[in-house]
Amino acid sequence: MADGASRVASAGGAPILEVRELVKHYPIRGGLFSPSQMVHALDGVSLSVARGETLAVVGESGCGKSTLARCIIRLEQPTSGHILLKGADITVLAGRPLRELRRALQIVFQDPYASLNPRWSIASLIGDPMRLHGLAARGERRGRVASLLETVGLGPEFMDRYPHELSGGQRQRVAIARALAMQPEVIVCDEPVSALDVSIQAQVINLLKRLQRQFGIAYIFISHDLSLVKHISDRVAVMYLGQIVELAETRAARRRVLHPYSQALFSAAPVADPQAAAARKRIILAGDVPSPIEPPSGCRFHTRCPYRQDRCAREAPQLRAVEDRLVRCHFAGEPGFPPEVPA
Amino acid sequence: MSAPVLDVRSLSVEFESTLGTIHAVRDLSFSIGEGETLALVGESGSGKSTAAMALLRLIPNPPGRISSGAVLLAGRDLTALSEADLRGVRGREMAMIFQDPMMALNPVYTIERQIGEVLRLHLGLSKSEILAEVVELLRLVGVPAPEERARQYPHNLSGGMRQRVMIAMALACRPRLLIADEPTTALDVTVQAQVLDLIHGLKEKFGMAVLLITHDLGIVAETANRVVVMYAGRKVEEGTVGEIFADPRHPYTRGLLGAAKWEEADGDLLREIPGTVPSPFEMPSGCSFAPRCAEAIPLCRSAMPELKDVAPGRPVRCFLAEGRGHG
Repeated sequence: MADGASRVASAGGAPILEVRELVKHYPIRGGLFSPSQMVHALDGVSLSVARGETLAVVGESGCGKSTLARCIIRLEQPTSGHILLKGADITVLAGRPLRELRRALQIVFQDPYASLNPRWSIASLIGDPMRLHGLAARGERRGRVASLLETVGLGPEFMDRYPHELSGGQRQRVAIARALAMQPEVIVCDEPVSALDVSIQAQVINLLKRLQRQFGIAYIFISHDLSLVKHISDRVAVMYLGQIVELAETRAARRRVLHPYSQALFSAAPVADPQAAAARKRIILAGDVPSPIEPPSGCRFHTRCPYRQDRCAREAPQLRAVEDRLVRCHFAGEPGFPPEVPA
Repeated sequence: MSAPVLDVRSLSVEFESTLGTIHAVRDLSFSIGEGETLALVGESGSGKSTAAMALLRLIPNPPGRISSGAVLLAGRDLTALSEADLRGVRGREMAMIFQDPMMALNPVYTIERQIGEVLRLHLGLSKSEILAEVVELLRLVGVPAPEERARQYPHNLSGGMRQRVMIAMALACRPRLLIADEPTTALDVTVQAQVLDLIHGLKEKFGMAVLLITHDLGIVAETANRVVVMYAGRKVEEGTVGEIFADPRHPYTRGLLGAAKWEEADGDLLREIPGTVPSPFEMPSGCSFAPRCAEAIPLCRSAMPELKDVAPGRPVRCFLAEGRGHG
């Protein structure tokens, strides 16, 4: 493996979290006349993230990015594969050892309206997990909650309020404070700002950045917003139909992407600049993302790929080192591939 | 320029609630010409969707009502029409597409029947004419195998296909005005690009006026000709898409643009707009944006600025807009 690419594959320093060959298949029960089938949500996903690093996972609906998030924090049991947190395999743990390790691994969901129990005050929402994990004695808990609220930019007056009294941005801050209460080393952020108003998104992103600097937290940042990902991540993994198709340092991906799907995805993202928008040519893919129940043969992207050849339908490409990154395409690395988007 | 297709004059919409009257839209004026796309931009609570619903007179009454203003569609004031006359306008002269096509499509009707109903009601087509026209419309919006799709139900289609069906239904009577309320927010980026491309192509083909309601400035930059920025129920700035992006004059517009481009302010932190949109029950005195505005002067906290032209066709609601030149 080329030197640059191996660096990309395995995070900067020693990985704090490592995902190896993760597979998740969901069975769908068949009807009276239809056999049962499998949804191939994840098919062999490997990635890792280092302390203080942000790894972005991007892709469209059905690509498996949210399943990945749920498997990593063990809300879902993966079909096969391993998840190593600080070197320990958490896929085989259960009960108390799992609970203890999982404290270090927290998640912030997209929708702070759904992730906070509406009948609990903010103080209990943040304080109760501390009680469960024995992180703060009863007498200290309120003080600790107040200081966490302060860390996320909310005053102590929020302690006795309920989620419905808060705006979306404030709720997301509470969700972040609740994750922080566990002194996590990795936070999986599943579309943490996409339910928020534009003017509030930057506030929450800045908060996440400050916390990362302060506590050295690693983020796995799941998003469909490429312009955001380009700004906040160190490395980016592009997923399509349950597989990583490209994994690169964000700096390199901003210059150029090598997989035809990454290219289409990056070119389709709207840019808030009318001149740039008029000057550039979008690649408009034909059709929709195929069903993950019967993913296409060979390369999963071949049904929509503008550069497909006969081989692509027959032969599944491996994720391999190309230049400074990993790409899952037979032709990546050949001179002039993929062709520059015509301007 | 010829007479505008849509001319909205001083439109105000109120809702009565137990906590008092909510002024959802205040004194909103704008117009859209043939073949033009006007983007109504704002965040939640800005009044942009309420304004769109008011154009179609779809504000539930009570508790809501159009408290003043006029909505002229090709010169005819819709606010003065009877409910019966209005039915001849909705779907025929102006049509609307929504964020969630499942809200607009009836799950128990086939695609042919949904689109066909519009054709039967408004154009009085016969059964065989309807099938031919439905297939033609589906082909127009890029639905593959239209004859087959016409017989299917909404749940048989993907999100992008449903959006296309809804657009086909909206276009069935070749409306003068298409209102698109966050038409692609629920779609993936690659499908969003397809649908935006489709709307643009159809606008060019039929010379429709398009009112695009969105919070996404990326989409505005790519599809709109002119932009109206709303904040807390009021228009705060208007201009061509080039003017708004190159020379925004209202501090809210500037903040939104910074946020949309993920501009970095200090170090690697992003430029942010502090605070939140004020609650409709706790509107600040003076300018509604003043509490979040870094440039506010004492006057801003005591008086609401009027819209004032900084250049022809460039009204801005800010006391300091004129001094705030380019750059």
